[in-house]
Amino acid sequence: MNALVIKNLQKTYKNGVKALKGVELSVKEGDFFALLGPNGAGKSTVIGIISSLVNKTSGQVEVFGHNLDANHSAVRMHIGLVPQEFNFNIFEPVGEILINQAGYYGINRKEAIKRAEVHLKQLELWDKRFDMAKELSGGMKRRLMIARALMHRPKLLILDEPTAGVDIEIRHSMWNYLKKVNAEGTTIILTTHYLEEAENLCNNIAIIDNGVTIEQTQMRTLLHRLDIETFVLYLANDMESLPACGDYTVRKIDSTTLEADIKKQQSISELFNTLKCCGIDVISMKNKTNRLEQLFISMVNNKNGNPDNSEPTS
Amino acid sequence: MNFSQQMVALRTIATKEYLRFVRIWIQTLLPPAITIGLYFIIFGEIIGSQIDDIDGYKYMDYIVPGLILMAVITNSYANVVSSFFSAKFHHSVEEMLVSPLPNSIILIGFVSGGVARGTIVGIIATLVSLFFSDVHIHNYMVTFSIFILTSILFALAGFINAAYARSFDDITIIPTFVLTPLIYLGGVFYSIKMLPEIWQDISLVNPILYMVNAFHYGLLGVSDIDITTAFIIIMGFIIVLYYFALRLLSKGIGLKP
Repeated sequence: MNALVIKNLQKTYKNGVKALKGVELSVKEGDFFALLGPNGAGKSTVIGIISSLVNKTSGQVEVFGHNLDANHSAVRMHIGLVPQEFNFNIFEPVGEILINQAGYYGINRKEAIKRAEVHLKQLELWDKRFDMAKELSGGMKRRLMIARALMHRPKLLILDEPTAGVDIEIRHSMWNYLKKVNAEGTTIILTTHYLEEAENLCNNIAIIDNGVTIEQTQMRTLLHRLDIETFVLYLANDMESLPACGDYTVRKIDSTTLEADIKKQQSISELFNTLKCCGIDVISMKNKTNRLEQLFISMVNNKNGNPDNSEPTS
Repeated sequence: MNFSQQMVALRTIATKEYLRFVRIWIQTLLPPAITIGLYFIIFGEIIGSQIDDIDGYKYMDYIVPGLILMAVITNSYANVVSSFFSAKFHHSVEEMLVSPLPNSIILIGFVSGGVARGTIVGIIATLVSLFFSDVHIHNYMVTFSIFILTSILFALAGFINAAYARSFDDITIIPTFVLTPLIYLGGVFYSIKMLPEIWQDISLVNPILYMVNAFHYGLLGVSDIDITTAFIIIMGFIIVLYYFALRLLSKGIGLKP
């Protein structure tokens, strides 16, 4: 069953801006789905429409088979939203924010208190339950919004840049928590500017640009399309000059660092052998950029008719 | 949502609204008590002592119903307009908009907060008036029904103001330039019989005149207008404002782009 189906979704704002020009999307139940796009692509508008915060101009939205126009109550019951901006009353205590949110879904206070305890403990906010929300740090506020979105046990959790501005340690702990939530059966849709996050967490991906869906596929299928990967190679010893490396495009960054472009049909171990023959030992390596990032830039630029910036030059 | 879930949701909003104004009682409950006390001292004791009886009542006694109702009107309105606009301003209203709450529950929840504050402030105003006047209730049913209906009406009006408001200025314009003049010209401090005929006729356009006079009747047993007409007008306004506010919510006017 599909958790979400969007057909020809269009949105024109009152000022005449056409934010969505026909978005098509389908997300399977249980999926961890990445919705990506550059700033202003229309991701937040799509999320706003699904979660009833933005009125659509035309098109169809179905959540677990319920049509947004015909049965918006059932649609909303299934959705948990973690928006991009903090949208709770900062003058309310943390615990009350969760309990009130459960109340809006008809969950009685006794049950809401139990659920709030579970989520606050899992997201390491239990000690803050009596504190005013304004006293929380940015990372804590993000976790509070995740806890709030889960209070009514939604089948579809929508996260709009949930880790924006969060330090790396908390980000990783949030990833683990979201993986756990997904493993328990909750379908998750994630938008993020950290493409590493999307690559690590998501199975399927859609890219929106300029109000239309330009790609929807499996993450691994998409990554397989990457023709060239750029690696940074760290050398054991100083190197005076760059040797000839055959068909490989290699650039010298400094005396102990090289950058190499590896085409899909090329083998990086062959390059290592070539370098070793020239007395250059590679001790470690890393991708220059995140693979998805490289592909994302390439796709968005191609769509906009810009030169492919992901193509390295030798 | 089934009925019992809706009742849980309504109780949640109403409790939250009640706690909001109680938590900031220094801003919400104390100032009306001081203001009403000042009205009694200045208009009742100092100026009122120079004014003849009206409809057989001392001026101090005559202004009691109007001052109590003025407190109910301004506080019912102020509570909803500030609470709902703040929820919009901080985006916390989105917590409700993404939930399956029916619009009627959101509206009734906010209105109940306004009525609760209007009622508490009305009781405070009544207690303050006991220091200056010997208040009698002539007709309990009229008194309490007008008290509650007026509170509901202005809580609804406050909700509509907040829905349209885009800035904090917008939630002060209506109370300052519309509500206060209408209250002052609505027979709080005088009987319209004291006005020239033309101004008596013009005053009849003011809906607050009907509420104040109906409340006068409830407490004192005297009124410039027919009580049945007052009830019809108040109920008519409530029905119109309720459906108008519901329409704003369902269309997302002032709430959704």
